[in-house]
Amino acid sequence: MLPGALMATDIHAGFIALNRFGLGSRRDGDLAAAAADPRGFLRAELAKPGVALLEGENLPHTPVLLRSLYDQNERNRVARLSNEMAEAARAEVGPMPIALSMTEAGEAGAPAAMPPEKPKEPPKPPLQQQVFRTETIARLQRVISARPGFVERLVAFWTNHFCVSAVKGPFVRISAGAFERDAIRPYVLGRFRDMLQAVESHPAMLFYLDNQFSIGPNSTVGQRIGRGLNENLAREILELHTLGVNGGYSQADVTALARIITGWTFAGRVSQLGEPGTFVFNANAHEPGSQTVLGRPYDQEDVGKGRAALADIAKHPATAQHIAYKFARHFVADEPPPVLVERLAQTFRESDGDLKALALALLDAPEAWSAPATKIRNPQEFLYAAGRIVGRMPDDPGQFLGALNILGMPLWSAAGPNGYPDSVAAWANPEGMKVRLEICVRIADRWRDALNPLDLLDEIAGAAASPETRQAIARAESKQQGLALLLMSPEVQRR
Amino acid sequence: MNLFCEIPTPSRRALLATTGGLFAWAYLPKFARAADSRDPRLVVIVLRGALDGLSAVAPVGDPDYVGLHGPLALSLTGNTPAIPLDSFFALNPAMPVFARLYGAGQGAVVHAVATPYRERSHFDGQDVLESGFPGPGHVASGWLNRAISALPRGARVATRGGLGVGPTTPLVMRGSAPVLGWSPQTLPQPTEDLASRVLDLYRHRDPVLGEALLQGLAADKIAAGDMDNTPRGGFASAAGMRQAAQGAARLIAVDDGPRVAALAFDGWDTHANEGGATGRLAQLLGGLDGAFEEFERVLGSRWNDTAILVATEFGRTARINGTTGTDHGTGTVAFLAGGAIKGGRVIADWPGLKPDQLYENRDLAPTTDLRAVVKGVLADHLGLGGTVLANSVFPDSLDIKPMAGLIV
Repeated sequence: MLPGALMATDIHAGFIALNRFGLGSRRDGDLAAAAADPRGFLRAELAKPGVALLEGENLPHTPVLLRSLYDQNERNRVARLSNEMAEAARAEVGPMPIALSMTEAGEAGAPAAMPPEKPKEPPKPPLQQQVFRTETIARLQRVISARPGFVERLVAFWTNHFCVSAVKGPFVRISAGAFERDAIRPYVLGRFRDMLQAVESHPAMLFYLDNQFSIGPNSTVGQRIGRGLNENLAREILELHTLGVNGGYSQADVTALARIITGWTFAGRVSQLGEPGTFVFNANAHEPGSQTVLGRPYDQEDVGKGRAALADIAKHPATAQHIAYKFARHFVADEPPPVLVERLAQTFRESDGDLKALALALLDAPEAWSAPATKIRNPQEFLYAAGRIVGRMPDDPGQFLGALNILGMPLWSAAGPNGYPDSVAAWANPEGMKVRLEICVRIADRWRDALNPLDLLDEIAGAAASPETRQAIARAESKQQGLALLLMSPEVQRR
Repeated sequence: MNLFCEIPTPSRRALLATTGGLFAWAYLPKFARAADSRDPRLVVIVLRGALDGLSAVAPVGDPDYVGLHGPLALSLTGNTPAIPLDSFFALNPAMPVFARLYGAGQGAVVHAVATPYRERSHFDGQDVLESGFPGPGHVASGWLNRAISALPRGARVATRGGLGVGPTTPLVMRGSAPVLGWSPQTLPQPTEDLASRVLDLYRHRDPVLGEALLQGLAADKIAAGDMDNTPRGGFASAAGMRQAAQGAARLIAVDDGPRVAALAFDGWDTHANEGGATGRLAQLLGGLDGAFEEFERVLGSRWNDTAILVATEFGRTARINGTTGTDHGTGTVAFLAGGAIKGGRVIADWPGLKPDQLYENRDLAPTTDLRAVVKGVLADHLGLGGTVLANSVFPDSLDIKPMAGLIV
C-alpha cells in the first residue's frame, strides 16, 4: 500500500510508533509498515526470538575481557619493574651516557637543525579503549538494522536504570559493553528479578559501586585486617535500582543490605575463589549472622542470603511503582499521566515483574499514544535517529563517541550512578541545542547533494510533518541546508 | 566517512571575526541600567558528590581529628604540610590560591555547615542544596534563579539574567528567570543563514527549542574570546574546572553579560582512596583552586565586586571507611571568595569530634545552616530583603536568619 493511500490518522500513529517507541524512521518503507498497524509493528519486534541479544566473535563475555585486562595490567607492572631496575643500575654506574646527553642538548638548542626522524608507529591504545570501540561499532551496526528499534530503546532504558560508568576507570571501561550484553539484554523481555540478580552480581557493577572492598567487620577478613563496610552498592540498590528514594526504607535497611552482600565480589587475576573475572562469593569477607531488611530476616550464611533479599526487594510494591514511573516518564512525558503509571505498576505487580508484559502494557495504553510529543530525544537517541534518516552511522566510532561527549552524554560514562537525566529541561538547553545544530551542519556537509531532504521528509514523516517544516525545507537554499533543517526540525528532535 | 563531526575541531575564532551581531547580546532583551554604582557579580559553584570538609579545611587543633581521619588527616608538618588559616584550622595544601586570597582578606571558610537535608542520598541532597526547599522532591527551579527573579525589575543583576555552565544547566540556576547556557567544548558554528532559518521554524513550531537555541548561539560568541577551546576532559578534572571558570568569567565580565553564574564540578564522592594532602581529593581541590584563579584573573577590576560561593550537598563520615575513603555524611565546609567578601576568617561554631559530639556518632555535626550563609550573601551583595529570602528564595525558612557581615 502506498503511504498516500493511508488514512492520515494511521500515518500519525505510525509516526509515533517509530519515534516515541522506536529508534526513528528509516528510508525503506518503515513509515508505511508502521502506519498499516502501529501496535502490531512494535509487537512483532518483541516476538522475534533473541531479538535483544547482541553476539559476535569479537564480543567476548565479561570474564574473558577482564582476564585480558588483568594480563595487560600484569605486563605493564612487569615492564615498570624492569625499567626501575634498569634505572637503578644506571644510577650505580655513574654519569649519563654521552650520546643521551648530546641528544638532550640538541633538542634544547636547535630542534630545527635535527634531521627529520622517521614517523614512529603510534603506540597501540590500551586494551580497554580498543574494546570500547569494538563494542561501540557493534551498537552502531545494530542501530541501523533494528526495526523499529523498540527493543533497543528498552535496552537503553534498562542500561541507564542500572548505570555503570566508565568514568570509574579501565575496569568499567573494558566491561561496560559486556555488562549490557550479559546482564541487561538477556532480560529486557524477561523478569525484572532476574535482571536485578544478574546486574548486582556483575563484576562491572560490583566494581563501580565498590562492593569488592566492602568487608563484614566480624568476618574472618574483617577481623584480621580491621576493615569494614562500604554501603555504596547497597544504598544504590535500594535508592536507584529498586524501591526508589521514597520507597520507605531506612538507613538501617541500607546498612543491613550492605552486610548481606558483603563477600559479593569477583575473582582477580590469581584467585582461589573461582575463575578469574567471574562473580564469586567470598565467605571469608561475609558478615556472619541474621540481618533484617524491610522487616524481613535473612539467616542464610552464603550467597543465598543476598539472592533472597534481592528477590524480595524486586517484588516490593515500591519497586513496581518506581519502575512504572520511570518507564512512563522515559517513553511518554516528564510528568506522565498518573493513570498510565498506575496501570504499568499494576502490570508489574501482577505479572511478577515480567518486563515484556510491561512493554506490552505500555503499547496497549491509550495515554501512551495520545500524549503530545513533548519529550526531546536525548543525545544518543538523536544521533541514532539522524543516522537512520541518512541511512548510515559513522564508520569511525570515534566520531560518534566524540559527538556524544560534546552533547553531554558520553557513552556508558554518566556522572553518577543515577545515570543520565531523563527530562526535557536536561537536554533542551542552550548549549545542547547549539551543539545539535553544529552536528546537523556536519552531517549535512557530509551528504551534500546526495540526499533530497523533501523526499526524506516524505519517507520518514509523510503527512505527520507540519506544513511549517515542509515549507522551511522546501525553501532551503540548498539540499545541504535542507537536510540540516530536517535534522533540526521538531519532527526529528521531539518524540 | 565523515558522517558526524571530527572532534575536536578548529576554534570558531575565524567565523567570529566575519560574522555580524545578529546573535550578539543586542539580540536579547535590553533593559535600562540601574542607577546605583555597585555592579555586583555572584558565582555559585556546586561540588557534586559531597566534599569531605575535614580534608579540605582540617581542624588540626582538634585532639580527636587525627584519630578519626587516620591516614587521610592533614598535618602542619611533613612533606606536604597543610596551610594554617588560624590557630585551629588548616587548609589543604592543594589550594595555594585560596590561601593567598584568604591572607588578603578575600577568602573565607564556613565550617560545620549543612543544608537542612539529613539523609544521605546524593541526588536528594543535591536537590535540597540547589532547589532551596527544606526537603527533596522540588526540581522545577533553583534558589539562585528565584533570587534573580525576586530582584526589582530594572536592577542590573535581574535584567542580565543568569549563566548556567555545562552541557546541562545546574538545578540551582533553573527557573523562570532567563538563563544562558554555555559549555567549553565546541564545534565550528553554522552559518547565520541556517541558524536563522532553524530559529524561524522553531518560532512557529517549537518556541521552547527556539529559545534554547537562540541563547546557546549568543552565549558562545562571548565565552570563546581568545581561549583555546580544546576539550579538557569534563568537570571532574582539574583542567576542566579551570577551563569552565575561564569561560564563565569571560561571559560575566562583559558589560551586557549576565551577572550571576552557576557551575557544577563533579567527582567529589570519595568512597575509596580519597587521599589527603595529595591524591584524588587534593587534585580536585587543586582544580577548584584553579577556578578561583581564573575568575580573579579574567574579571580584573570587576573582581572587587565579585563574590564566589562554593557549596556541596553534604559532608562525609568523620571516620574513614574500610577502603581508605569516606562515606556519605552531614556537616562540611563552604568557601567564599572574591573582592566583595569580608574574608580572612574561618566562621565556625565548632561542635567537636568526640563520639557523642558527632552527628549520629558518625558525621561532623552541622552547627550552621547553609541557607543562613547564602541568605547573608544574597542580602548584602544583591540587596534581597529578608521576607523574599524566607519565602520565595528559600521557602519555609523564616527562622533561618541571614548571616551578617559576609560582604565588604
